[in-house]
Amino acid sequence: MSDQTHALRVAALLLLIGVATVLLGTAAGSQGWHNWWSVPADAVSRQIVWDIRLPRSLGAWLGGGLLGLAGAVAQGLFRNPLADPYLLGSASGASLGVGAYWSWLGGSAWTLSAWMGLGLTGAAFVGAVLAVILTLLLARGVQQTLRLLLAGVVVGVVLGALTSMLSLLQPQVLQAMQGFMLGSTAFVSWSACITMACAWLVCMALAWTFARVLDALTLGESTAQSLGVPLRLARLVLVGVISLATGAAVAHIGLVAFVGLAAPHVVRSLLRCTHAWSLLLAALMGGALLSLADVLARVLFAPQELPVGVLTAVIGGGYLLWRVYRDTYRGAGGGR
Amino acid sequence: MPDGRWTTFMPMRVFQATGLRGQRSAGGLKPLVVFLALWLWSAWAQAVTVQDDRQQAIEIAKAPQRIVSLLPSLTETVCALGACQRLVGVDRYSNWPASQAHLPRVGGGIDPNIESIVALKPDLVLAAGSTRGADRLQALGLTVLRLEPRTHADAQRVLRTVGKALGLPAADSERVWREIEAGVQAAVQSLSPQARQQRVYFEVSAGPYGASEASFIGETLMRMGVANILPAAMGPFPQVNPEFVVRAQPDVIMAGDSSRASMAQRSGWSALRAMQAQRICVFAQAESDLLVRAGPRMAEGARLMADCLNKAAGVGR
Repeated sequence: MSDQTHALRVAALLLLIGVATVLLGTAAGSQGWHNWWSVPADAVSRQIVWDIRLPRSLGAWLGGGLLGLAGAVAQGLFRNPLADPYLLGSASGASLGVGAYWSWLGGSAWTLSAWMGLGLTGAAFVGAVLAVILTLLLARGVQQTLRLLLAGVVVGVVLGALTSMLSLLQPQVLQAMQGFMLGSTAFVSWSACITMACAWLVCMALAWTFARVLDALTLGESTAQSLGVPLRLARLVLVGVISLATGAAVAHIGLVAFVGLAAPHVVRSLLRCTHAWSLLLAALMGGALLSLADVLARVLFAPQELPVGVLTAVIGGGYLLWRVYRDTYRGAGGGR
Repeated sequence: MPDGRWTTFMPMRVFQATGLRGQRSAGGLKPLVVFLALWLWSAWAQAVTVQDDRQQAIEIAKAPQRIVSLLPSLTETVCALGACQRLVGVDRYSNWPASQAHLPRVGGGIDPNIESIVALKPDLVLAAGSTRGADRLQALGLTVLRLEPRTHADAQRVLRTVGKALGLPAADSERVWREIEAGVQAAVQSLSPQARQQRVYFEVSAGPYGASEASFIGETLMRMGVANILPAAMGPFPQVNPEFVVRAQPDVIMAGDSSRASMAQRSGWSALRAMQAQRICVFAQAESDLLVRAGPRMAEGARLMADCLNKAAGVGR
């Protein structure tokens, strides 16, 4: 019971941080400070606050949340603390989608209106989902965790190689790809926010439904099986959750590094709780982390702006390094 | 540079300009007629429709006075058309001419700063076809014109399109194009007969990426009558295997400053005759910039290449 109140407190705190950073994100930016609460003086300021800063701040929170949730599900499902949302090949699939989009657009097929209608975001999403389906086909379903992991790695490497080949053949793709790889919230619009919010709600609801299965899985696959949880169905749905959440996030904000990996770790370092709580907390944590990084990316070198992916890689990488260093140090101290 | 050329959309300027002409020609009625004609023409030409690189029609209601350019060659094109003073923001890679140096930088092609661009209240944004966020800028209500020159023909088309979009008379862009053409032609004719007999490898960056016959650099070289070791079939800027260059044995190597250090260390390259005879032209950063931009400074680029070829032909073999 006290665990629950503790978790509730942490959740409230994380939500508060998220809301605060989103509000801060609407006020701070490369164009200086705008008080959103007072009526902005001119049309341009209003447009900057309402149509640029608010959607991108919300987008950062939602995208970070989706990655955090996907990371927590992946780490629970694969019972591996190194699992991250990009594990099943979705990241390289999305990259290939973006690369294909630019290379076909750069060619003579301007009239391919369906492709234009799909857009860059659609191409990335379709790429991510197709990559996960390919992984599932190669792993012949979701029964074997190890086979699934291996297939994911193989698909990731092969699709990554295809993307490299594409950008070698058509160097103009390279530049656009680079922007996507870095990850940025700068181009998030209101419609993107709505899409991500829907994905957030759907993924959270589905993950929550199977949170007990993840709890059972911490005891090992055979024990979970013997407990009579619907393991096979849960695996299928949770893999779907990972790919939907990652696809929706990556399509809109690019390959943001480390948020999906770090958010569940930070939650675990704060408290121990059941998956029903830790999934929600990881999503809130991911949102808070990414919106915080987003605000930093905007103001650190203003009026220039850093792509947020660069910052999350530095911060997230630094955090993980510190964790590893601290654990090793403690371990060595305990051994003596 | 065509500095201080008047624009037809500022009646005051037109008046001043025609007035000056009037003083020179000492005709009383002529300036007035010219002024009226231009004024009528400008009123008629208020709204123009231009085609962008996606074959989409972009309507420009009135001659833009606040332009943001997100590609160096487009910045240069605007300035070559004498409209530099209408630029209010450029991307961080634009570095020519000096008159745009004071303008705010609004990010680059892969990371345009949406907020800064909107804050500048531009009535026209010029962007490359692959510029990220162009859709977003359009959704925010800005007029975005996507143009990316890659060949000589592109450069001419882009010059015409930008001229039209700026509301300038077609004669302006045609005149600028004639100047560029004349410059390229002069560079071509400056080549000695021996210089034309050479085979060239042009390295764009230390990837190494080379410029093939399909690139606009290759087009210039082709007009000079020299052979390019990279055929058009390899695509405009293919990544080159060092082995390929060793087998092709180019007579002259042209390269950017970034390639200087790595070139000597490439395995087998010491066997290249061009390396042994030092028939290598390494261009400084500013020169590389103008060489790789299919913009109004193409003639200068052609001149640099011609000088290099003449110099290399002078070195005995």
